[in-house]
Amino acid sequence: MTLQLVLIVAAALFCVGLYGALSQQVVVMVMMGLELMLNGVILAVAAFWWFLTPVPDGQVLLLVVIAAMTVEMAMGFAVATLLHRSRGSDMTDSATDLAG
Amino acid sequence: MLSVIVFSALAIIALASGIAVFRVDSMARATYALAVSFVAVGVMLLMFDLDYIGVITILMMVMEMAIMAIYMIMFMGMNPALMPMSMVHNKRWSAILAVGTFILLAGGALLIPWPARNGSPAADLTASLGEAIMGSKMLVMLTVSPILFATIVAALVLANPRGRYDRWGDDLNRTTPDDPQQGGLGR
Repeated sequence: MTLQLVLIVAAALFCVGLYGALSQQVVVMVMMGLELMLNGVILAVAAFWWFLTPVPDGQVLLLVVIAAMTVEMAMGFAVATLLHRSRGSDMTDSATDLAG
Repeated sequence: MLSVIVFSALAIIALASGIAVFRVDSMARATYALAVSFVAVGVMLLMFDLDYIGVITILMMVMEMAIMAIYMIMFMGMNPALMPMSMVHNKRWSAILAVGTFILLAGGALLIPWPARNGSPAADLTASLGEAIMGSKMLVMLTVSPILFATIVAALVLANPRGRYDRWGDDLNRTTPDDPQQGGLGR
């Protein structure tokens, strides 16, 4: 197992998520794309930590990425709830402005 | 050699289930596929001796996907496992951008002369992480904590029915709320 192999897998996961985040119309599916992108980021950070500098700083960075993922999910669900309540839809195309 | 085989198998599972998220014809199946992808990455983290972070990634993501499935059933008003769906836009450009980004990232991963490993992991990685959080990296956690708290407050404000945005709309200078009956709480 090498750093390059892990990074390529991480890049592939990131790009699959990028495709989903850009192409999906349902807010929850867009969030799934973002989650997959962060999944790739977690793997890449872990690989950098393990193969380059295995000091605790890398583990702390991983915790921050996981926290960012939690924030993204919580806010995404809240926005999806608000959108569904105010417009009766959970599609991104019906949320092109910020007006309530 | 065994670790390469196990890692490759996990990578195939993570990628295949990641692709399946956007290929399967129901949201419930997409949620399960994403959970499988996260579990595979969590096991990869365990292979890097990241016991604590690997386990919390698996536990957190399985719970998150369960919540996601509940949301889909709530918002779609049906059993999403039985409903075929294809709700996409700009499919071609999304694919081009994703492939372009992959070529860029994979090219960087292969072409950059990565330095040799500097240092060795601590004997007990979980203990060393705990010591870092409670010691030299405490500021990081002190910053993350209020952000998580602010997220809870912001999510509740947004999701709460008849809350700030339902009553007052997006106009910050509005003087009267949009209440069915007057006399409710002021700003």
